[in-house]
Amino acid sequence: MTTAVERGAASPVSGISPARPAAPRSAAGAGRRSPWQRVLFVVALVGAAVIFMLPFVWLVSASLRPREYVFAPGFLPVPFAPENYAEAWRAVPLVTWFGNSVVVGVAAAAAATLSSAWVAFGFAYFRFPGRNLLFGLVLATMMLPFAVTMIPTYLIWSDLGLTDTQVPLWAGNLFGSAFYIFLLRQFLLALPREYFEAARVDGASYPQLFWKMAFPLIRPALLVAFVFEFKASWTDLLKPLIYLRNEQLYTLPRGLKVVLDRFGYGGEQQWEIVLAGSVLATVPMIILFFLAQRHFVEGIATTGRKG
Amino acid sequence: MATVTAPAPGRRRRTPLARREARWAYLFLAPWIVGFLVFSAGPMIASLWLSFTEYDVINPPEYTGLDNYRQLMSDPAVARSLGNTVYYTALHVPLVMLISLGLALLLKRVGRLQGFFRTVFYLPVMTPAVAVGILFLLLLNTQDGLINRVLGLVGIDGPSWTTDPGWVMPGIILMSLWSLGSTVIIYLAALQNVPRDLYEAAAIDGAGPWARFRSVTLPMISGALFFTLIVNTIASLQMFTEVYTMYFGNRQTQNSFNSDAATFYVIHLFQEAFQFLHMGFASAMAWLLFVIILIITLIQVKLSNRFVYYEGEDT
Repeated sequence: MTTAVERGAASPVSGISPARPAAPRSAAGAGRRSPWQRVLFVVALVGAAVIFMLPFVWLVSASLRPREYVFAPGFLPVPFAPENYAEAWRAVPLVTWFGNSVVVGVAAAAAATLSSAWVAFGFAYFRFPGRNLLFGLVLATMMLPFAVTMIPTYLIWSDLGLTDTQVPLWAGNLFGSAFYIFLLRQFLLALPREYFEAARVDGASYPQLFWKMAFPLIRPALLVAFVFEFKASWTDLLKPLIYLRNEQLYTLPRGLKVVLDRFGYGGEQQWEIVLAGSVLATVPMIILFFLAQRHFVEGIATTGRKG
Repeated sequence: MATVTAPAPGRRRRTPLARREARWAYLFLAPWIVGFLVFSAGPMIASLWLSFTEYDVINPPEYTGLDNYRQLMSDPAVARSLGNTVYYTALHVPLVMLISLGLALLLKRVGRLQGFFRTVFYLPVMTPAVAVGILFLLLLNTQDGLINRVLGLVGIDGPSWTTDPGWVMPGIILMSLWSLGSTVIIYLAALQNVPRDLYEAAAIDGAGPWARFRSVTLPMISGALFFTLIVNTIASLQMFTEVYTMYFGNRQTQNSFNSDAATFYVIHLFQEAFQFLHMGFASAMAWLLFVIILIITLIQVKLSNRFVYYEGEDT
């Protein structure tokens, strides 16, 4: 079921579509290539991989060294100073920020996923006047720079008295988001229509079609939307910068900026605290990637979304 | 020939069922329609209107006509930030596309190891932008940073990436290349969709590796290339978080070099809006950015009609 749905998802742009896992890879093409050539390719990739991984290695290792050794040469955490993390813990409300990021992230991701699926079902199942025009508008909003709507949106939340709360960080997602509407509609279009019509004949209502049939069938795509939006929320700095004043409400990126300004540049160059905080903000995203790797790769290949 | 049962001309008759269906359709669309009006269309109109006013949030907006736009055209800080942003975009986008294509071509050829390397190239994308900014601030450190240490190993005296105004932007571009993983994945997906028989046919015709790349691979993935060109350009014109983390938002950091070498357009806009409360001026800046993005995208679309090959199209 899953693969049939995934393969059916057409792509917005020619040349971009879900990777075909079934495509015979090493058959004809690689057969002609000499093994030495392949070794050369692997060596080149290993070189590139080392360059891409070194910053991570340095980050983790430096975060585990005493202050005066942060910039020391080498990639090993010697002398070993895990107490940096305890120090960071004491210096700033890291746990609170971490918790805030989780709450805001889940709220943002759940809101975007549910509302986008609901709207996507409307576009995929029904035929009604103005459908293509409205869907064109959905796609057009993807091009709208955040900067254009940023100030009036701030004024709306300000009028509602919701600045300096976490509500503006996720509540906008309750109205569907163009990327996910597009993605989920593609998946819904691949489901056989007769299946739904049969249920209609049996007396199912439209919300039942959505909730009981469509929703479970497009679960893989829902997960794609959820993990993307969770990541977007977890890494966002701009919105917390605009809306949050109270330090207790900060999300991790906003808090990390404070740590940098207070302990790094602005303070006594306590880089070990700044680095420990950075590791703490990064690790959950790495774990998320390993848990949901397939969904990330598929999501990018299908929508061409930038990370 | 009109018959008695035919619908009156000009008025499409819709069955009660179709009308009921349409009502439900709009009910499903309702959240998006409300969101579009409140968070996209409404704010667009509002910011256009604000761009003709002076507004500091405390006092009601005051209509000032084209003043903001006139100031926009003559403000050296705006020109500088726009110049920096264009400089960054002009280097970042082609470099990302070239390196990503190279990596994707390699990835396509290594069989089962592909998954592992793909993960390696994508992990930087998962790193929160604030952490990326912090990390590269330290990696680019002149005396002790990893990058200059590595350059030192090969006998190069590394520049002052974070303090020399002339080297700040190259440092930022270097940082931006670390997070090119999504583009690699898009290219890899496109490369895997190129039909194998095209290569075989080209090989039979005597095409060498370069000729095959030029006349099979490039046209077949031109859609993906074009798409990443547009998406990456739009994103780089709105660069904010990493650079703001590194160089702004705190007096010490701002004084670390006496130059606005790192001021990007959206950073300047953000400061005008939320630090100096020049909401009207910032709105004018936002609309200028919107128009610039629109024009660049239109030019790219026009160019793409000449270069992009779409399957199923006669050429």
